[in-house]
Amino acid sequence: MNPLALTDTPVASPHAHGGGSVGRTMRRVQLALVPATLFGFWLYGWPAFFLWSATIAACLGWEALCLRLAGARAVRATLWDGSAALTGWLLAMTLPPWAPWWIAVVGGFVAIVIGKQVFGGLGQNVFNPAMVARVALLVSFPVPMTTWVQPLSVMHAAAPDLLEGLRIFLGLHPVPDAITSATLLGHAKTELARGVDLFAVMGQGGDLVSWTGLRPGSLGESSTLLLAGGGLFLLLGGLISWQVPVAVLAGLAVPAGIAHAIDPGHYLAPEVHLLSGAAMLGAFFIATDYVSSPNTRAGQLIFGFAIGVLAWIIRSFGGYPEGVGFSVLLMNAMTPIIDRYVKPRILGRDRRGRPLDIPAREAS
Amino acid sequence: MTEITAPHPSGLTLPAIVLSADGEDAWGPLTPCDDPFALDPDEIARRVLDAGIVGLGGAAFPSAVKLGGARKAGVHTLIINGGECEPYLSCDDRQMRDDAAQIVDGIVLMLRATGAGTARVGIEDNKPEAIAAMRAAAAVQPAVQVCPVPARYPMGSEKQLIGVLTGIEMPADGRPADIGVVVHNVGTARAVRAAVVEGKPLIARLVTLNGNCMKAPGNIEVRLGTLAEAVIAFAGGLKGEGVGLARRVLGGPMMGQQMPHWRVPVVKGTSGILALDADEVAAQAPDPCIRCGSCVQACPAGLLPLEMSARIRNDALAEAVDIGLKDCIACGCCAFVCPSRIPLVQYFVHAKGELAAQERARLRTDATRKLAEQKRERVERDKREKAEAAARRKAEREAREAAARPAATPAEGVSA
Ligand code: SF4
Ligand code: SF4
Repeated sequence: MNPLALTDTPVASPHAHGGGSVGRTMRRVQLALVPATLFGFWLYGWPAFFLWSATIAACLGWEALCLRLAGARAVRATLWDGSAALTGWLLAMTLPPWAPWWIAVVGGFVAIVIGKQVFGGLGQNVFNPAMVARVALLVSFPVPMTTWVQPLSVMHAAAPDLLEGLRIFLGLHPVPDAITSATLLGHAKTELARGVDLFAVMGQGGDLVSWTGLRPGSLGESSTLLLAGGGLFLLLGGLISWQVPVAVLAGLAVPAGIAHAIDPGHYLAPEVHLLSGAAMLGAFFIATDYVSSPNTRAGQLIFGFAIGVLAWIIRSFGGYPEGVGFSVLLMNAMTPIIDRYVKPRILGRDRRGRPLDIPAREAS
Repeated sequence: MTEITAPHPSGLTLPAIVLSADGEDAWGPLTPCDDPFALDPDEIARRVLDAGIVGLGGAAFPSAVKLGGARKAGVHTLIINGGECEPYLSCDDRQMRDDAAQIVDGIVLMLRATGAGTARVGIEDNKPEAIAAMRAAAAVQPAVQVCPVPARYPMGSEKQLIGVLTGIEMPADGRPADIGVVVHNVGTARAVRAAVVEGKPLIARLVTLNGNCMKAPGNIEVRLGTLAEAVIAFAGGLKGEGVGLARRVLGGPMMGQQMPHWRVPVVKGTSGILALDADEVAAQAPDPCIRCGSCVQACPAGLLPLEMSARIRNDALAEAVDIGLKDCIACGCCAFVCPSRIPLVQYFVHAKGELAAQERARLRTDATRKLAEQKRERVERDKREKAEAAARRKAEREAREAAARPAATPAEGVSA
């Protein structure tokens, strides 16, 4: 044996790399969230900023704790790969902007510990951690999770200043009744339940629907336009494929359009569905989660469309005004099945894996 | 006799002889051919065989065998692979620019040897000079068409190139000859011409020197057997005496093989000598798979690299085969794009090696079992034959005794 041969461990090809990394991917997704987040801060003031920071901090804290307990070697590197921070960020985007601090802490716990680390950490989780947390919070703490505030904007005279914002965030200062309100979907739902039809609720033109997002809602869901812009950035950067978002939006819009055409008094118009709640956030940022979505293009179409349809069903017939979180979780559970049955065709084989027939040769 | 490391990542050594050059660089008696284009196909194949020509694209399959086989299979199209498969390598490009006429001659000879009617030269469209040179050289040969193909790795891979040039998707376990084509590399065409026309054996090949650590990257005609060390020294050595060298590779960056050191010979399949720095290699500990699906989108063979690697990690090799491991061409696309930098190809190469070893072991045990069975059968047969012989003897004896006895009393028989 040549002693020189042992100086290097043999490494298989390729000997070059495209340069991507997990951290880079996560950071770019976060970048895409920045405009909508800043808009959320502007809309809902200091409490929103505190909530956002606390949710991310909670997720990082729980992640660090889990990694430490699990005896991971590269705690710091894993912590800063950006995945826990992104989970926290996405969760924060779906919370009522003036929710108190403990929502952030409990949410972070559910997302990271239950939603992710229990399954084995990054890449192993079956469900989208942020959605697990969001749904768990909604089911366990319905009151703080549905206390929405009127957008005041930081400039507004009635908007809480830094100190007041901190006190609201710490729960020392209850949210004044005057500024609480319902989201568009929630409002429509309660009114429908009272027997008032949608014409009366929304006015003929549906003018409550606004692209600007100046209406009550979650921290990051209000600005449909900015979220869609961020999604476009992800698409153009090749971080997500068009299949998931387009399928989600189509899945939501198609049944909504049909139902609305048949009975506009009872079913919201498709554009209302697309422009409110977590539709855009869900389509571009949540359903596209790599870990919990199928990894073939065809599978992604099925997955996305089903999320859209389920969200529409829950919004229209279910007990909750919003359905994106639930439907994402439902379809996450279906992902392994989709991946099992929807596979790319192997080159030189038919869909069932048998070699293609040798084509007949023209006589030469 | 001396020992050198084989040009293989195993680092195994092999015996070698040392030739010392006299500096004259003169050929011995050659057997040029005056009218090479009138030779009959068998004669061309024989000269190619005598010259020791193998596919110079990297696979190093004996060319004479391929030429003869193609003729027997009755191929109609000869495909010439001018699609430099890998980034970093430019030896094929260089040859097409510099020796287009020789290559075209070689192609014409190969057409004769294979009996194919047309030749299509696939050249990636990012090599306009090579395309122009080859077009000019092929202008007088109507049977030779130069076809630009998209510059998309792994275009140099046989299946991909055939697909683009003929529009036929090769069946999974088929060979090109099944669909009437045969593929050769441009370098091989050039070597075929040298062998048939000038009678020159294959003793050298063009090698690309590249990588950030190489002082003077370029293409060099290298005599086979020259140590990579000597080639690099000839080309001016490494930058900063090799400080910052992260990986030594023979071949291209996507499919080449890492070398433990530079005392390895250039062989017929050596297309490149790369001295890569840390930035190029970007080696770092892999992160967990985030199921991003990039590898699935990147795979030109339509496979699920993440699923295959997961199965291999769990030692479920049979399952990995079920989902297509054997269709993997080890092109490296999946590992190249993986953000978690998972060494996917390493998994696949390892698994294929493991399967091959299992297969060998199975054949061995099969053979032993068969021998044991044969032995048992032989023993049984002997026993049976002995028993039969004994029975026969007994029967004969009884018959004899019966005959010797007085005739049986019929009355007895009836009453019984
Ligand atoms: S190396 Fe990767 S990309 Fe290439 S064929 Fe194999 S699995 Fe597909
Ligand atoms: S590219 Fe890498 S991280 Fe992405 S799915 Fe494939 S193996 Fe996993």
